[in-house]
Amino acid sequence: MTNSSVQSSKLTRLTTHKASRDLRELAIHIVLFLAGFSCVATTIAIMYILILESTYFFQHISIVEFLTSSDWSPLFDPPGYGILPLVAGTVTTTLVALFVAVPLGTIAAIYLSEFASAKLREIVKPILELLAGIPTVVYGYFALLFVTPLLQWLYSFPAPLLSTWLPNLFPLELAGFNMLGPGIVMGLMITPLISSISEDAMRAVPVSLREGSFAMGATRLQTAIKVVFPAAFSGISAAYILGISRAVGETMIVAVAAGLQPNLTFNPLDSAATITAYIVQVSLGDLPHGTIEYQTIFAAGLTLVLFTLLCNIIGYFLSRRFREIY
Amino acid sequence: MVEKVSTSLSSLSMLQPKAEVRNLNFYYGATQALKQINLVVPEKRVTALIGPSGCGKTTLLRCFNRMHDLYPGNRYEGEILLDRINILERRVDPIAVRMRVSMVFQRPNPFPKSIYENVAYGLRVQGLLKRDFIDHQVEQSLRSAALWDEVKDRLKDSALNLSGGQQQRLCIARALATEPELILFDEPTSALDPIATSSIEDLMSQLKQQVTILIVTHSMQQAARLSDYTAFMYLGEMLEFNQTTTLFNQPLHQQTEDYVRGRFG
Ligand SMILES: Nc1ncnc2c1ncn2[C@@H]1O[C@H](COP(=O)(O)OP(=O)(O)OP(=O)(O)O)[C@@H](O)[C@H]1O
Ligand SMILES: [Mg+2]
Repeated sequence: MTNSSVQSSKLTRLTTHKASRDLRELAIHIVLFLAGFSCVATTIAIMYILILESTYFFQHISIVEFLTSSDWSPLFDPPGYGILPLVAGTVTTTLVALFVAVPLGTIAAIYLSEFASAKLREIVKPILELLAGIPTVVYGYFALLFVTPLLQWLYSFPAPLLSTWLPNLFPLELAGFNMLGPGIVMGLMITPLISSISEDAMRAVPVSLREGSFAMGATRLQTAIKVVFPAAFSGISAAYILGISRAVGETMIVAVAAGLQPNLTFNPLDSAATITAYIVQVSLGDLPHGTIEYQTIFAAGLTLVLFTLLCNIIGYFLSRRFREIY
Repeated sequence: MVEKVSTSLSSLSMLQPKAEVRNLNFYYGATQALKQINLVVPEKRVTALIGPSGCGKTTLLRCFNRMHDLYPGNRYEGEILLDRINILERRVDPIAVRMRVSMVFQRPNPFPKSIYENVAYGLRVQGLLKRDFIDHQVEQSLRSAALWDEVKDRLKDSALNLSGGQQQRLCIARALATEPELILFDEPTSALDPIATSSIEDLMSQLKQQVTILIVTHSMQQAARLSDYTAFMYLGEMLEFNQTTTLFNQPLHQQTEDYVRGRFG
């Protein structure tokens, strides 16, 4: 072979390599794009359907009635289309859950990030995350069959006193379906979420801040509470917000254990339906598609989505602010 | 200023020591970072620690406030006497030590709190509540740190809005608020521009009227300008300790001479 033909065959090899690599990269690019796009597309499709179907609903029922009426009984005659009772159920169970999850999750995060040894953290963290992986229907039955009976037993002691003192607030005995039990269980369920995100936020606080605090003679607890917690607070509050949106969207636990009766009350001892529980109930029923009764679930779903969307947006901005500080 | 000191205190043995290091060994787990360190830190003077990178200056500094206790596996051997009490002894509470020995870090590390709360921090963690007293300490410390005039109208603002040099002076004010007897500085100006650096240096020469200062620095000029005594460390050992003028002009060891002449490091 002459020198020049060697040169040119090398060149061909080089160019074919480039061509095939370009092709491969294009293919990879397309696959990756499709994968990413499918998530976005799904979200858009869901929003589209929700809005489309709710439009139909709102052509028949006024938004004002939907937002202000305190009667939710679309399946009865005369029907009521006020979302408030469902919102009350959602808000109440969410508040109960936060009441449990915020202190528990925060304390667990402080412990894991500031006190636990690296070894212990390696053991505890996966276990906590395992808790978050338990199917929620299992939590639902846990609430119904274990927590509620336990609460009923506990409640039986102060009940006589409480129910004579404030009979409107405190029933004589705790009903089998109530919002307290599932609320507490929901709180336990979101505790790992809150503790894990809060812990990440606290561990992102620079060591130099902690050392600055220790060098002034602070104890570990003082450093955690006075320096690390405030420094990580925007990240921690993002964790709270994500916990809220998780609780608001939680379905099975409340559907199983809170009862399915819409009930305009904020008393966790009462039974009530949440927005999510109502949606499962109707979707599982045999109402024909296209009826107003059936369309209610889209209006309810849209309310829910908007609410969680709002939470996530707030959470997003909080966590971004938290990244900006350091 | 260095000249005056060298005439009034012509011999090291006449020093009034604030702290004294005796046969100190320090280990990060299995690796020994400090070997048989001996050092005297004279009261109300500035003592500089110099030496090539990795020789153990920071490690030695952090023994004085028992910072190493925060991490598992660290071990001290030997003594550091603070007013004749061995602060390395196991029964000595490191928190009590840190209340007497303050520290200023390489990078300004103000807490994400107000200017006022940053300075008050050391008093707050001691559980002090008296408003008047804290107000007074905060003002005094900010004055001593030459920051009062710049911040007196915005004590409630976040400390993170201050410039780098101001933040470092705030950290000095924070360190002063508990009225420590010894302040440790670990390359306090290495993250600052020349103007901020010179204001911090001025500040330190002022402060030595009140407190004893131990400073780690990489800048020979800074050590020469600022310190009365200088210790040269090399590979975890204390190679030479003397009055700054002597150490710079007539070093005993070749390594010291090479280092202060800028031939390595
Ligand atoms: N946390 C640690 N664990 C293990 N070894 C360490 C640790 N910190 C420092 N060392 C080692 O101890 C030795 C002394 O480090 P030190 O930070 O005290 O040096 P230095 O003189 O302050 O250096 P520089 O001038 O670069 O700041 C180095 O060899 C370093 O690698
Ligand atoms: Mg160092």
